[in-house]
Amino acid sequence: MNAAHRQVSIDVQESEENRVLIEAIEADNPAVTIRHLPGLIKLQAPGQIVINRESVEERLGHEWETGEFQLAIVSYTGNISEWDDDQIIVKWEH
Amino acid sequence: MSIESPRAAAWKKLPLKERYALLTRDLDWEPSYIDREQLYPFTRYEGIKVHDWDGWQDPFRLTVDAYCKYQAEKDRRLYAVLDGFAQGQGHLTLSDASYLNSIKLFIQGVTPLEYAAHRHFAFLARHLEGPGPRFAALCQSIDELRHTQTQIHTISNYNKYYSGFHSWSKMHDRVWYLAIPKSFFDDAMSAGPFEFLIAISFSFEYLLTNLLFVPFMSGASFNGDTPTMSFGFSAQSDESRHMTLGLEAIKFLLEQDEDNVPIIQDWVDKWFWRAYRLSGLVAAMMDYMLPKPVMSWKEAFELYFEDQMLGGLFPDLDFYGIRPPRHVDDAIAEKEHLSHQVYKILHNFSSVAAFTTKTPDHVHLDWLSEQYPGTFDIYYRPTWEKHQRIEAGGGRMFVRGLPQQCQVCQLAISFTEQDDRRKISFRRSEFRGETFHTCSDGCKWIFDREPEKYVQAWLPVHQILKGDCGGPAIPDVLAWYGIQTGDNGEYNGSPDEQFWRAWHDPSLRHGE
Repeated sequence: MNAAHRQVSIDVQESEENRVLIEAIEADNPAVTIRHLPGLIKLQAPGQIVINRESVEERLGHEWETGEFQLAIVSYTGNISEWDDDQIIVKWEH
Repeated sequence: MSIESPRAAAWKKLPLKERYALLTRDLDWEPSYIDREQLYPFTRYEGIKVHDWDGWQDPFRLTVDAYCKYQAEKDRRLYAVLDGFAQGQGHLTLSDASYLNSIKLFIQGVTPLEYAAHRHFAFLARHLEGPGPRFAALCQSIDELRHTQTQIHTISNYNKYYSGFHSWSKMHDRVWYLAIPKSFFDDAMSAGPFEFLIAISFSFEYLLTNLLFVPFMSGASFNGDTPTMSFGFSAQSDESRHMTLGLEAIKFLLEQDEDNVPIIQDWVDKWFWRAYRLSGLVAAMMDYMLPKPVMSWKEAFELYFEDQMLGGLFPDLDFYGIRPPRHVDDAIAEKEHLSHQVYKILHNFSSVAAFTTKTPDHVHLDWLSEQYPGTFDIYYRPTWEKHQRIEAGGGRMFVRGLPQQCQVCQLAISFTEQDDRRKISFRRSEFRGETFHTCSDGCKWIFDREPEKYVQAWLPVHQILKGDCGGPAIPDVLAWYGIQTGDNGEYNGSPDEQFWRAWHDPSLRHGE
């Protein structure tokens, strides 16, 4: 299966602050599916998952650095192909 | 309101990429008094060829200031949870005191590995040749020390009320079932720096981390153990950085030179099987030791390993010429059996362990039958029902003899053949005129590849028979292990169970 179809995933802690983050991820990645596991939320999507700083900030109502994502993430599958000031992209490369 | 200095404001405006380049990459220098070979003596003997260390990417682009900021915040959050739990007598709100057996296994088996990782990543932070991987290794070394400390701190609260939490560091070095994790990590630490990266950063942290750690954390969450869940998730947030290091390491080494591919394939084959065998302890914990189970081993294996790794990762690595691990099919074929066979060992030998076990009750057996519809009722349920009958008559079965251990994974040789699940799988190798025994084709392959290494294994059973473990009788060995009466044996009737009942039954309440 090519890289655009294989599932990537991000697991984040279930918390008040992360709820907003998950909303932003859902909005920017229409194909994402969500699974609740005790204490954590598993986001999966074919090909890639993108996290945009602007989408998160819009929902949070204050500034958010992409580095803060380190406080939310528990695990992931895929490759972190971009992590800059504006976005984080997890995807398969090949 | 805080006022930032103009300099700090200007600094803040530097994009992440530039800050990383300045603070991590640009602080490196070329040696002039001595040559590179003298400065980095360990990066050549494994046969790995690296042409350009700058090809190493750190997607996290971590800098010292960012690292300290986020780690401090993680610790603040964790310690708030620990205080709240201790102040609110949180230990009384666990699903059951028997749950804590999985945490005993954790502090005895896993926490010392965190410390070992701290030590070895400090070594890599000195000896890898590129500034990118050196800094990533330095951060990981500090992370691992943080994990050790937060785990000890978190679990020390349970040590005030429950048995089996003392002496875990000594136990890790001595006790038979802890030789499984200890020998795994010792194997990695005594390998070269590149093999260590593939062993720990790639195979352990990326390939199998979700099977090795996340089940403990979800189990903690489901069974009311918020502190363990919190340190677990706090550690896992670092772990995602470690996973990145593992994936980056393998891709970097594969991209550097085609000659690296077969060497790395061998390491992937070896370390997948080593880590998979180690995960047998987690499988037993998931299916048997959680009063409220979260997910069966089989389901977790399918989700985290078959779907995510075989389905997602390996097609990506195929691009570099890496195929799925040798013996992976044996692991898949074993997914309905692994947890039952490993828990049977723990249940049969908990008389000499620093945790207690119990026979699953009918509700638990029904859950297992549901999770393993094709196999559990045929191979395993009858044995547990026999234990139930023995216990109904006032007995409890423990094995009094010593098991034969696998020379590689150090688990008792008690796994079964794929074509006959009632026949013990038993492999032999000859080396320098002596016979060595392994539990599976995977472990035999590993032994035969490096017999000089594995003949040196410190096998607990051999050491007992040799007279090196405190004396010839079980009480002597237990004393040498640091195991006290009440730490071991059957859960029902144990001090933990009796205290738990007393704390929850008003009529038994005393000495408030």
